[in-house]
Amino acid sequence: MIWTYLYNIVFYASCGVTVVATILMITRHNAVHALLYLIISSLSLAIIFYLLGAAFAAALEVIVYAGAVMILFVFVVMMLNQGQRSAAQEAAWLPARGWILPVILAAVLLTLLLLGMYSEQPLQPYGVNGIAVKDVGIALFGPYVLVVELASFLLLAGLVGAFHIARKMPTNIHLSNVEEADNG
Amino acid sequence: MDSQYIDHALVLAGILFCLGLVGVMVRRNLIFIMISIEVMLNASGLAFIAAGSAWGQTEGQIMFLAVMTLGAAEVAVGLGLTLLLFRHYNSVNVDQLNQLRG
Repeated sequence: MIWTYLYNIVFYASCGVTVVATILMITRHNAVHALLYLIISSLSLAIIFYLLGAAFAAALEVIVYAGAVMILFVFVVMMLNQGQRSAAQEAAWLPARGWILPVILAAVLLTLLLLGMYSEQPLQPYGVNGIAVKDVGIALFGPYVLVVELASFLLLAGLVGAFHIARKMPTNIHLSNVEEADNG
Repeated sequence: MDSQYIDHALVLAGILFCLGLVGVMVRRNLIFIMISIEVMLNASGLAFIAAGSAWGQTEGQIMFLAVMTLGAAEVAVGLGLTLLLFRHYNSVNVDQLNQLRG
């Protein structure tokens, strides 16, 4: 059946792109290159969300992750103004022997996960027809309205916290000076 | 639809989570550590979406919304802290930020 064939190609190609982009992302030395790979990873993940029947989540993934969060990261990278010197430093901080143990640990975790997934009879899903945005909205503002309220609390706290933490202090006051002034 | 897609989406979520974990453990740049945390949050969101699709319920997407809100708030506060630390230490290397005395 041609539909299944196409579905297979798109699904597994997106999976491959996501994994490769993420691997490239965590091995870059330049932060902006890593952000570009993270955008690719988010976009291919959005394709997978869509193929799994979650069109609403796919749209949110593109808008929020590939859009808003990336803009935030890019602004901060620009403000930090890391240049060639920083890229060379990153290369020096990342020796090959530093990779081996974490990779082994993560590979063991992944092996455990896969073993747990395939050792017993896996759960059979009921079949996927796609979940409509309307159903998500009805559930979100019906029984799960507390999630919306908690999300608004969390976002407000994040907004106030980020604004307070990152605000520009007067140049003659450093945190150490404040500490000394408090002590003296 | 076959269940193999759900299975493979969960495998992908596991792979992505482990990649993010490796990034958090290996990198020393605060920006890269936060990007890796984003990858881990994305992976957990994928697991929620896959589970929601497997059962044909909307709860998976609702939990994905909650995870994404958490990720956005975490990025905002984390990047603010990164800016503050960079102003004081002129570095984003976490090895130099080992004294929490302000």
